[in-house]
Amino acid sequence: MKPDSVIIELSPEFSVGAKQALQNTQLRRNMGKATQTIRAKRATVVGELPNWESLRDAGERIKAETMAHLDVYIERLEKNIQAAGGTVHWASTAAQANEIVTKLIQATKSKHIIKVKSLTTDEIRLNEALEAAGITPIETDLAELIIQLAHEKSSHILVPAIHKNRSEIRELFQKAMHLPDLTDEPKELAAAARTFLREKFMTVKVATSGANFAIAETGSVCVVESEGNGRMCLTLPDVLITVMGIEKILPRWEDLGVFMQLLPRSSTGERMNPYTSIWTGVHPGDGPQEFHIVLLDNGRTQVLGDSVGRQTLHCIRCSACINICPVYERTGGHAYGSVYPGPIGAILTPQLVGTEHAASLPYASSLCGACYDVCPVKINIPEVLVHLRGRVVREKHSHVSGWLDPESIGMSGLGQVFGNRMAYEGAQTMGKLAQWLFVHDGYIENGPGPLGAWTAMRDLQAIPDQTFRQWWRERNEHDDHA
Amino acid sequence: MTTTRNQVLADIRAATARGERPGHQTHSFATDLQAEAALSPSALVHMFAERVSEYKAWVGYSTSAGLSEAIGERLALYGTRYVVPADFPADLVQQLPCVRDEQLSHADIASADGVVSLSALGIAQTGSIVLDAGVGQGRRVLTLLPDYHLCVVYAASIVLTVPEAFERLRASIQERRAPLTFISGPSATSDIELNRVEGVHGPRRLEVIIVDAPGR
Ligand code: SF4
Repeated sequence: MKPDSVIIELSPEFSVGAKQALQNTQLRRNMGKATQTIRAKRATVVGELPNWESLRDAGERIKAETMAHLDVYIERLEKNIQAAGGTVHWASTAAQANEIVTKLIQATKSKHIIKVKSLTTDEIRLNEALEAAGITPIETDLAELIIQLAHEKSSHILVPAIHKNRSEIRELFQKAMHLPDLTDEPKELAAAARTFLREKFMTVKVATSGANFAIAETGSVCVVESEGNGRMCLTLPDVLITVMGIEKILPRWEDLGVFMQLLPRSSTGERMNPYTSIWTGVHPGDGPQEFHIVLLDNGRTQVLGDSVGRQTLHCIRCSACINICPVYERTGGHAYGSVYPGPIGAILTPQLVGTEHAASLPYASSLCGACYDVCPVKINIPEVLVHLRGRVVREKHSHVSGWLDPESIGMSGLGQVFGNRMAYEGAQTMGKLAQWLFVHDGYIENGPGPLGAWTAMRDLQAIPDQTFRQWWRERNEHDDHA
Repeated sequence: MTTTRNQVLADIRAATARGERPGHQTHSFATDLQAEAALSPSALVHMFAERVSEYKAWVGYSTSAGLSEAIGERLALYGTRYVVPADFPADLVQQLPCVRDEQLSHADIASADGVVSLSALGIAQTGSIVLDAGVGQGRRVLTLLPDYHLCVVYAASIVLTVPEAFERLRASIQERRAPLTFISGPSATSDIELNRVEGVHGPRRLEVIIVDAPGR
């Protein structure tokens, strides 16, 4: 790879798109307001609990112990769900999980399903798989519905439509729900969604959900939510299909009491979220009489095998690290090119898809450590970031062109090169050019090496033309001029 | 499917064999947490009431003897046709405009003006109510579809902390695999520009009557 490409890469044409994004002041206003509001609320309710730090310790220890004995707990969970009348399925990959869910829905003959917001089903792109099979998934979380109607991607794990303002939402609803007179009052918009979805809740017979926690000891599954769409999906249909990453298990009933203190305070900044549902298999005469759970690996056992990276699996998806992150606040979620944005995304995505395909993400951080301080399960995000940066550098070493890589040189002793922005970005540019070989329409279709098998079943989103660092820098420059 | 199962289990075992394996725990780390200092019974109820109302739910008080009347007063405000669980105490419903849930259809439940239920317990620290399908609580759909939920919480069932609630609920799970619903205020969303809007899909109005509160 010729270093000239650096100059081409940095020419003004490439930054046009980013400049446009920069001028999207609505996005930045929404983001700033959102993260500041949530941060303040979180700080207040966390300050209210005198034993917050011991709770975090307990959270961390429970998770570490679960991971160390995951085989024991997952078999126990399986046994107890089966004993309670549920059916347990296993999936190594996203494609396997999608196939299982599709077949289960086809067996019901239903052409529609209602969905509870679930990052795991976003991760495996369940909606696309279902649509390909002629099944229409209906998102029932207000923000997910907005995203679905706008044909967009989520930009925040908790508030996926955080980048949309009320007049944009009104326009979407006016069109999709045939309500020309709808105003942009949040109350009216919520009421419109209520009416629109009520009809679906009452008629659609199959639902899918994710899970926040599952208790090995009792076989219970837990979903935490606000709007009541979760309760609807978990209660009204005849058939319920839950897709859950294998890391969501907790060993004992009491453990859930710890996480039900940590999660709501960390995520929405409330003492408790409006609704939490806990069910154990099938309850005769109450709720779905057919319950399936798909236990999903999809890269998680690889993360489990890395002694530093393993703590990433402790994540309870509260989004506190995202809300506190100065980088996220300025860039928004889409810059991370993954369903998992922010600091957690910066460590989780590269581990799930391989550092060679998300090489810039471990650098999407200033290592300020704020994310570690707020994390309710004490995931040392900076430590994992540095660990992954090391892996990125090592991987480059193992390639023939490794010696050309200014970043490798920097890490092996020449600190001044590492500190040189041009050289560093040159390294990233090379990674991107190498990736070109495999990219079609923004997705990596035939990844090299072990990734080939993975991408054969699931399209990987490619590193954007503009790396995180470039975007970040240009945003700062724009700010300086603003 | 069996092969995938074995594959995932083998991958987990391979991954955990490489790392350190801290001792297998027989008790929950949750029990190591220091217990909160106890509150007086009246302070406990006061905290519960205050925190429930912070979620914009109405809170009232009654004695056991006056409960039927207290419920009737609230129901007179919002409509004429309410639903109650099949095993709702008979002495409470006699004079009230309530239909028992004897296999009501979803549409019947949804068209009611509201639902009245008892509860399993209350959590003071978080202002939460827990339903565990016990006496007077009914199946889950009953307290979900109507737009108004009037919930009766006995003062003696209120605990201070979340862990205490989980301790008490263990029996419901283990003995009868009860479905649980934690309710903290009416349904809400902050998905539109982070404005909290009460009421999306669950009951938009939640009211709580605390029964036999000490010192009242
Ligand atoms: S890494 Fe920690 S703070 Fe971030 S979402 Fe996960 S649990 Fe929350």
